[in-house]
Amino acid sequence: MNTFLLKWLKAFGKFWWDFLVGDTPELFVSTIAIIVVTVLLGHGLHNSHVATVVLPVLVVASLLWSVRKSWPKR
Amino acid sequence: MIATTVSSGVVVLVGAVFLACAVEMVEALTIVVAVGHTRGWRWALEGVVMALLALGALVGAFGPALVHVPLTWLRLIVGGVLLIFGLQWLRKAVLRASGLKAKHDEDIIYAETVAELNAAPLATTRDQVAFMMAFKGVFLEGLEVVITVLTLGTSAHRLGLASAVAGATVALVAIIGVLVAKQLSSVPENAMKSSVGVLLISYGTFWTGEGLSIHWPGNDGFLALLVGIYAVTTYGVVLLTRQATRRVAT
Repeated sequence: MNTFLLKWLKAFGKFWWDFLVGDTPELFVSTIAIIVVTVLLGHGLHNSHVATVVLPVLVVASLLWSVRKSWPKR
Repeated sequence: MIATTVSSGVVVLVGAVFLACAVEMVEALTIVVAVGHTRGWRWALEGVVMALLALGALVGAFGPALVHVPLTWLRLIVGGVLLIFGLQWLRKAVLRASGLKAKHDEDIIYAETVAELNAAPLATTRDQVAFMMAFKGVFLEGLEVVITVLTLGTSAHRLGLASAVAGATVALVAIIGVLVAKQLSSVPENAMKSSVGVLLISYGTFWTGEGLSIHWPGNDGFLALLVGIYAVTTYGVVLLTRQATRRVAT
């Protein structure tokens, strides 16, 4: 593979890594978890009404979790 | 009288693109003004034009391609990306509002950029330093705008509207920037960032749900409810964080 393409691919991958993961990997992980939980709830309960409540609640929980990690320790 | 109905989806889309674009462009403008004042406007403006052309090429290349992705997958992926992106913005805004992170200060950025430019030797012909600094400033800040415009615009089937709002905002910020020159620090950036974060996670939640075949009660109208819920919750998280910080301090 030519060097220019390899360099470009590396830069492209690094951009998306920094953009999506960066210094807050917990937000990346929690978003994946939110999607998985919502899929499981939707399929398991055959009821999307539960998911309409659970999805926003999980989003708020993710924010709180990530912010809480930066709270000062005693 | 002409009756017009604008859905909540359009209002949220326009608001999110406008605010995201304004915040990023204020940051880019700070760098460009610093370059222009320190090294001359010719190379600063050349860097700006080249960066805008590069960003335009990106929209031109990826915009039409995204339209061909199946809508369900597109909404799920876009929803996920917007959730991550929006949560990152909100987290920073909450930490800044609670005093746990220094506020983004355009005056400090301006001073740092000027110091960096003054340290570099002056060019007699082509000023590469000035060109590259202006180009990088506009391109890197603009890239986030491009991602916001592409993701929101394509999944809402309103790429034209999203691009138009982004273009108008860039022009507006540029005009204001010329008028106020170095007083960009008076822009309430953290409040704007919080609003963008709330709008992005609202859209992210909505599209993720749509991608997973969730039927939102009231369709587009649910977006407005999500915005309200997230705005109130964010305020609550700021209060909680301030309380936690005070508890440790005493």
